[in-house]
Amino acid sequence: MEAARCVTFGQYLRPHFYLLLLIFLRNGPHTVEGVWPLPQTFTSSIERSPLSPEAFYFEYGSQSAAQQGCSVLDAAFTRYFPLIFPDYTGNGVLRFYADKPFRLVITVDRDDCESYPNEDSSERYNLSVSARQASLNAETVWGALRGLETFSQLVYQDDFGSYFVNKTEIVDFPRFQFRGILLDTSRHYLPVKTILQTLDAMAYSKFNVFHWHIVDDPSFPYQSRTYPDLSSKGAFHPMTHIYTQSDVRRVISHARLWGIRVLPEFDSPGHTASWGKGQSDLLTPCYRGSSLSGTFGPVNPVLPSTYQFMARLFKEVSSVFPDSHIHLGGDEVNFSCWSSNPDIRAFMKKMGFGVDFTKLEAFYMENIVNITSALNKTAIVWQDVFDYHELRSSLSVVEVWKGGCYLCEVRRVAKAGLRVILASPWYLDQPGPTHNWARFYTVWPLAFKGTEEQKKLVIGGEVCMWGEYVDATNLTPRLWPRASAAAERLWSDEKQTSSADKAFPRFQDLRCKLVRRGIRAEPLYVGHCKHEYQGV
Amino acid sequence: MTAPLQLALLLLTLGFSRGLQPGPRDDYEESAETERVFAASKYGSLWPLPQKVKISDVSFKLTGVTFRITDAKGSSSGASCSLLQNAYRRYYEYIFGGSRVQHGAEGRRAGPSVLTELQVLIVSADSECERFPAVTSDESYELTVDQPYAVLKAPKVWGALRGLETFSQLVYEDEYGAKSINSTTISDFPRFAHRGILLDTSRHFLPIKVILANLEAMAMNKFNVFHWHIVDDQSFPYMSRTFPHISQQGAYHPYTHVYTPADVKMVIEFGRLRGIRVVPEFDTPGHTQSWGKGQKDLLTPCYSGDKPSGSFGPVNPILNTTYDFMSKFFKEISGVFPDAYVHLGGDEVDFNCWKSNPDIQKFMEQQGFGQDFSKLESFYIQKLLDIVATTQKGYMIWQEVFDNGVKLKPDTVVHVWIGGGANEEMGKVTAAGYTTILSAPWYLDYISYAQDWQKYYKADPQDFKGTEAQKKLVIGGEACLWGEYVDATNLTPRLWPRASAVGERLWSAVDVTDINDAFSRLSVHRCRMVERGIPAEPLFSSYCPREYKGI
Repeated sequence: MEAARCVTFGQYLRPHFYLLLLIFLRNGPHTVEGVWPLPQTFTSSIERSPLSPEAFYFEYGSQSAAQQGCSVLDAAFTRYFPLIFPDYTGNGVLRFYADKPFRLVITVDRDDCESYPNEDSSERYNLSVSARQASLNAETVWGALRGLETFSQLVYQDDFGSYFVNKTEIVDFPRFQFRGILLDTSRHYLPVKTILQTLDAMAYSKFNVFHWHIVDDPSFPYQSRTYPDLSSKGAFHPMTHIYTQSDVRRVISHARLWGIRVLPEFDSPGHTASWGKGQSDLLTPCYRGSSLSGTFGPVNPVLPSTYQFMARLFKEVSSVFPDSHIHLGGDEVNFSCWSSNPDIRAFMKKMGFGVDFTKLEAFYMENIVNITSALNKTAIVWQDVFDYHELRSSLSVVEVWKGGCYLCEVRRVAKAGLRVILASPWYLDQPGPTHNWARFYTVWPLAFKGTEEQKKLVIGGEVCMWGEYVDATNLTPRLWPRASAAAERLWSDEKQTSSADKAFPRFQDLRCKLVRRGIRAEPLYVGHCKHEYQGV
Repeated sequence: MTAPLQLALLLLTLGFSRGLQPGPRDDYEESAETERVFAASKYGSLWPLPQKVKISDVSFKLTGVTFRITDAKGSSSGASCSLLQNAYRRYYEYIFGGSRVQHGAEGRRAGPSVLTELQVLIVSADSECERFPAVTSDESYELTVDQPYAVLKAPKVWGALRGLETFSQLVYEDEYGAKSINSTTISDFPRFAHRGILLDTSRHFLPIKVILANLEAMAMNKFNVFHWHIVDDQSFPYMSRTFPHISQQGAYHPYTHVYTPADVKMVIEFGRLRGIRVVPEFDTPGHTQSWGKGQKDLLTPCYSGDKPSGSFGPVNPILNTTYDFMSKFFKEISGVFPDAYVHLGGDEVDFNCWKSNPDIQKFMEQQGFGQDFSKLESFYIQKLLDIVATTQKGYMIWQEVFDNGVKLKPDTVVHVWIGGGANEEMGKVTAAGYTTILSAPWYLDYISYAQDWQKYYKADPQDFKGTEAQKKLVIGGEACLWGEYVDATNLTPRLWPRASAVGERLWSAVDVTDINDAFSRLSVHRCRMVERGIPAEPLFSSYCPREYKGI
């Protein structure tokens, strides 16, 4: 609570206190500035420095391991300048006095400018803002990025449009290492532009994993080098509704510059109808009675050719996507087709599985996990795989998605010694009325009985935006600002952020900031932003 | 319509969808439903479905080089009718939008199977080109697509506008990308005369650009009334010439969050050019908090005990100054908005503040109202209606005014909005001889998971017990998008294509109810809206050949 109070004092005890108070009373809580997600420790005073876009400088500290030429930070400076000074046009500014320079000095301990963020990357940073100078210290460039975002949110404008930043001390680090957003590009194709803008908005809320649910039943937009037929036959359209290799590289490199990992998901053995169009004999032929029905079910787990195909596909995928993790899906496998197929039944008998098809699925997943571990990738699977699997030793990370008592499942997985990602409470494709952001905020991922060790196995959470009813026309307002509610839960200290009511003014302020930055973030309730969304 | 009621309903909806907790992906149904998109309708992508359609297998090509939309010989509207000339250009661009004319192709002569012209013939002596659309406007038209040219025949320009939209919907791309159209005859007219969309610019301010884009989308769906719920408790963005201080004090911001007289004019003209009426709503005596900021003594001071509490209630109905104000105000409104109707609201009046005020209590006594505050409300509304009647306007009112037994002019339109019992209400209103429009099933600000457009599609305004004469008093309906949770960021995808379902219900014949056929046509229609720059959201997993280009 302490930190929260400091924020509030920092806001109101400015020279224009009464004026601001008047505005506050008139317009509701819109003038409450603050940082979202809330930093871990935060003190701020009434002392403020004016900032001028004409005399503002990003500088590398003399002790910094990264210096000019650091791709991540150089690009970040270019991006953050207009975010810090949204009104700045660069021309026609008459200055009546020479602005005193303000320097933001960045020092990082490691020169990881050319690397990719990974599951162990430190995102910790210290930010100290004083008169005419701020220093931002971080172990890695990824931490520096988070600190730049925080700094950009600390800067505010008075009624005359002048920029200020208050004297502030921040020590900050994420509560959870894995803070993701899932986008589904199979049920609807999302143009690359839409994905890139989502990555931008993710960085504004300090998300660090883009879980790319790239293929599924309805379409296969990933253009494979090894198996080009998968997209030429399985995409909605082979030319316009695909992600080329260069599209994928563009997404990965854009994400990297924001400190975001790209986690691809190639879900099997279910959710693969679109794969079958370009790869014959991959899917199980279903039978009606003793003859083929002409339809296909999940991937055929009894043919060696299946595993040869998967090995080659995943070899490609693991070289295209640099992340150390890969999502293998494994959810919602429908057994009726398998059970209709005589070859599968014969195989079941041979393997001694009886009529327990979960064993067949476990067998299949085991093989796929082995393929990807041989490629040095750590597999993430949906909880179904954990639930069915007897040989849990081969599993490492389980994503919990089902409703009901999801914390019971989290506990079971942690008890089994596996790492957990929680998604159940954050299914944002369901369009609740927006004020219901609180539902995504008041989630307590560690509120289960377990040892400290077990709780540490909960590595984070993920917002899921499934694509049945979502495409480029409505994705952004459906995702933002509600996803940011989850972002604070995953980043900030739970005790300081336990009340949605207290967070509300700061959240409204964030929403208007997002709109100001061109993100179509929908309103929380009645009210207005100083700068409304300018598109259609 | 107030927040508390909406809130409760929203929570209900929410509770429902929470209970569902659909899997991340609903496995098998999905593919079945996806298939439905591709089961093309024999009516192509026509939306709303015309009354009579005959489409033959004979097809013609159209090219941007040779194709023209022209005034037919003998048409009562010519080059001077800018409403039609503008429409010709608009529909030419809709049809040939992406494909630019290639140089060198100009000299190419049209082959035998090329359609080169759509001739528009306005048959009645007065085309109404310079007029404003009205509830009595004739929107009927006949369209014949055949060689050597297509003919669109309509009594008035309003029918021609509807026919142009229909014509543009008949055009499709063949597998080589060539624009094609089949030989077709259509004879069409709306089932209901009043087909509206309500937008609320008080809970959130909507930039003019957003309003105009939605008027475009309305025309694509043959809607003809923009019900502009322009002010309410939360803000007063209407800049009044007579009382400029109301928006100065009552808007969210006096310069950036207001509609100037020029803005209002622009909206009205933009609507007129598309055959859309603009019906403004100035809701009183409740829903007026924002009025009170700039207009002293207009609202009732509430009391706590025997002292004013500092807060204000509905419009103060016992002061003469109130009625002087209303006279001047509505005189201005009747000049600014050309439509024959103005919506006077009258819904959800909270009596608590009136009850607390000793002056009001005294007045109640004098008038012999006892403790029945609905009588006081009626007293106010009655006087207001008399005032508005002097401005030569008809009026629309929310159903409560009728329910409370206020004496209404015979041409009053009663707007039924309360869910549950809406059918009976329609019966009652029409039995009393009033015309009515329905909104109860079409509150599009309530959202839920999955395809709720089907629910809107199935509702029917004449679905109540009553005589033929009563049914005739139903002149239409409106889809309402209240603004608590909606602004420029999310309005358009929330409204379209869900409102399109209402559009077809209000235009097409009563027996057009095949939901599969509707799904097929609507899927393509929504992609067409996307292509025309309207971010209409998807119905279900699938794709558009040209996806939304914005972000």
